[in-house]
Amino acid sequence: MPRVVVDVMLKPEILDPQGQAVANALPRLGVGDVASVRIGRRIEIEFTGEPDLDRAREIADKLLANPVIEDFTVRLVEADETADARS
Amino acid sequence: MTARVGVVTFPGSLDDGDAARAVRIAGAEPVRLWHGDPELHGVDAVVLPGGFSYGDYLRCGAIARFAPVMETIVDAAQGGLPVLGICNGFQILCEAHLLPGALTRNQHLHFRNRDQVLRIESAGTAWTNAFQPGQEVLIPVKNGEGCYVADTATLDQLEAEGRVVARYVGGNPNGSQRDIAAITNAAGNVVGIMPHPEHAVEALTGPSLDGLGFFTSVLKHLVGAPA
Repeated sequence: MPRVVVDVMLKPEILDPQGQAVANALPRLGVGDVASVRIGRRIEIEFTGEPDLDRAREIADKLLANPVIEDFTVRLVEADETADARS
Repeated sequence: MTARVGVVTFPGSLDDGDAARAVRIAGAEPVRLWHGDPELHGVDAVVLPGGFSYGDYLRCGAIARFAPVMETIVDAAQGGLPVLGICNGFQILCEAHLLPGALTRNQHLHFRNRDQVLRIESAGTAWTNAFQPGQEVLIPVKNGEGCYVADTATLDQLEAEGRVVARYVGGNPNGSQRDIAAITNAAGNVVGIMPHPEHAVEALTGPSLDGLGFFTSVLKHLVGAPA
């Protein structure tokens, strides 16, 4: 069964101290060519029936994201690509 | 008649006991309200206390907003019921859209716990009419996600309408925009404050008794005394 993936990111103008902390740690790994890191949240939703993107959008807008500080995107993914591991 | 002030307990609330105690010391009757019970039991005002409601899962206050008691409180607040949100309570009020803006991770990422000087900017609210505008008070601050953010238009509007209730003085503990520590809604009955007035009501445990003014203010407000 396909599922709906909601990606929530802080709006670009909102400071992301968590991302900054990660970016600041990268030189300690010997990584010097990263300009910035921003951290968001990925939520996977499985419906009991057919996946409903409009419903997912409503869930994202009302609960999963806070539109004051965050943007979100909603998309369908097939069951076998949910792990999204591109290794 | 003694005013009845409700104090809500969510799963994960920490400061509900202190808030109820502050209500009693101020001279009102604290009434404990439960997150799962939509009934307000005839209270005259409500305090949303500090803590980590629902484990702060998703975002601070995001799930508490949908608690049965909150549905009733949102309606009542829109009708003029005085509501004070402290710390996590402030986060809940923003998530419930009773107050604009949002509270985000402290800019320096550290949890801050210290006694903090605040300047009362607006003494016209239901919760600050016992203070003088410009008065400085000493109240503990303790938060990890207390950085107040809103877009510039919202911030300008808050300033223009006198809705910034208190600002940090002598160092901003969390990076809040324009040093904002507390704000109010347009009607002045809903106030959100990040520091903890309920921890500054007794000489034995608090750095001052300055917090008491927030609780005596609402009693003055309820008997209709001019601000």
